[in-house]
Amino acid sequence: MKKFQGADFCGFDTLLSEEEVMVRDSIREWVDAEVIPVVDKHFQEDTFHMPWKDQLAEIGVLGAGLTGHGGGGMSSVCTGLIYQELERGDSGIRSFASVINGLVIYPINEYGSEEQKEKWLPRLVNGEAIGCYGLTEPDFGSNPGGMLTRAEKTADGWVLNGTKRWITNGSISDIAVVFAKTKEGIRAFLVETDREGFTAPLIKEKWSLRASVTSEIIMEDCVVPEGSLMPGSDLGLKTALSCLNQARYGIAWGAIGSMMACYDEGLNYVMARTQFKGKPLAGHQLVQKKLSNILTEITKAQFMTLQVGRLKDQGLANYAHISMIKRNNCYWALRIARMVRDMLGASGITHEYQAGRHMLNFESVKTYEGAHDIHHLILGDYITGIPAYE
Amino acid sequence: MNILVLLKRVPDTAAKIKVAADGMAIDPAGVEFVINPYDEIAIEQAIQLKEAGGGKITVLCLGPKAATKDIRTALAMGADEGILLVDDTAGRDAVATADALAAAAGDVEFDLVLAGWKSVDTDDGSVTHFLAAKLGIPCVTLITKLELGDGQVAAHREVEGVTEVVEVKLPAMLTVQKGLVEPRYTSLKGIMMAKRKKIDERAAEAGEPKIRIRTMTPPPPRPEGRIVGEGADAVPALMQALSDEQKLL
Repeated sequence: MKKFQGADFCGFDTLLSEEEVMVRDSIREWVDAEVIPVVDKHFQEDTFHMPWKDQLAEIGVLGAGLTGHGGGGMSSVCTGLIYQELERGDSGIRSFASVINGLVIYPINEYGSEEQKEKWLPRLVNGEAIGCYGLTEPDFGSNPGGMLTRAEKTADGWVLNGTKRWITNGSISDIAVVFAKTKEGIRAFLVETDREGFTAPLIKEKWSLRASVTSEIIMEDCVVPEGSLMPGSDLGLKTALSCLNQARYGIAWGAIGSMMACYDEGLNYVMARTQFKGKPLAGHQLVQKKLSNILTEITKAQFMTLQVGRLKDQGLANYAHISMIKRNNCYWALRIARMVRDMLGASGITHEYQAGRHMLNFESVKTYEGAHDIHHLILGDYITGIPAYE
Repeated sequence: MNILVLLKRVPDTAAKIKVAADGMAIDPAGVEFVINPYDEIAIEQAIQLKEAGGGKITVLCLGPKAATKDIRTALAMGADEGILLVDDTAGRDAVATADALAAAAGDVEFDLVLAGWKSVDTDDGSVTHFLAAKLGIPCVTLITKLELGDGQVAAHREVEGVTEVVEVKLPAMLTVQKGLVEPRYTSLKGIMMAKRKKIDERAAEAGEPKIRIRTMTPPPPRPEGRIVGEGADAVPALMQALSDEQKLL
């Protein structure tokens, strides 16, 4: 197979530091060697490739953005580039990493107790422990504030009851960041998954994210000590949403990786494949229109996303910026995967090509971490000051 | 033990090479450059020796300013310091290159010099020999295994039909062959640490060129393939083409 070529139409790389280029290239090389050769098998078999966990720890992806506790202390732009490269391989492996980094390590570091930090952060960074994040429920996705999960105070701890759904890494996790309503409001809990009353059955037979573990979390009279409460969590949704901002930011970059994977594959195919008297497909007007649209959208996404990353590194990126890049990039990643699937003709329906896999994955990525339409409402609310959610 | 590793920046082996307009060099436009893969093996070997017994690894490179990226990669893998002898002359000949490297090596304390047995761009493979001669140290080429002893090293070489094990006193130059060790991935932590490591940049003191490139031409295009037939019926025609026309059988 021809070596993957990223897209750089407008001198994007000139805006990156030498270190940022090295970070991107090192992950790209790793994905070429360790993800591309095995990912399709796992996608077909509906399994997560467990050796990735230790490898991701070894190369420093887990905890890349964390300062202290063994983390890499990397900038938002560097971590963004890491997600871009991971998702060029597959959305499943990017999901695995961004859940651990954005939705487990981040909240423990921001809202956890010293004890929780010291116990779990080093283990999550070195790959000893896997974590997941339980906010969404079967009946409360876009409206997490309506959650039914309850935490009742006892003399020396809490009793948790409720069900969470669409939980990446759920069945393979050692700990879960779980949100539950207390008398005072919504709080976050850090729950060991081997606690009595805690189960995390696998959701099987998905069309999408098949190389990733997706689960339910069921808590039935799950007793946890007082120390499981994350003391820094607020009484509303602020804590939960701040974590989602981290993950959404990573997804926006990841989507660019998927776009590039599909563009590279489609371009190689139409340049090589001939029809009608030996003319390459690439020489036909409708194909060129697709290529030009795709390259334009990748280029727009790159600059917008990099700028949000630069703002984030200066502490100036807000949730609306992140909402815009998450929605836009996922929307175009899905459209581009579909366009490339078209360009591949009949071959595009086989597992010999990746566009179909990216296309199916992005049905999820467009939907999770704030569905496409919800991001319109977030930005709409930001522009007008009039919330239109309900 | 202190180790000096030689590094060259070369076009990626997957790159499509085009000859520049002047017909004297390759056109670098659109070509991705990487560390010479054999030098990467030398870097890995140096790191493994350092991990086992301590010491310091200095990476020495003659090349354009852009080669700082490649030195930085070696530092991210685990080398300690870099020296870049800045030289924009494409195709600097081996003797002149060795002159410049020898001058810089004089400032470095080392017990061992490691380098790829050749660079994959020019396939010349002689810089290391000239450099060893200039430094007055022995040179063992094409090694596939290395055993460090007290003040000496045993090196395995795969030569025609046998494995030869040679002993050499340190300091020495060893040029490495594929199979010695497998280069590691650069870790993100290594990249962060490499930021703080020193790269000393200075102008290359390359001597007068002894060799001048007169022309560079691409190989002739391959003749188009020919389909002699389809299925089992085509076998006799194929056999005939292979034996009579191509003289391959």
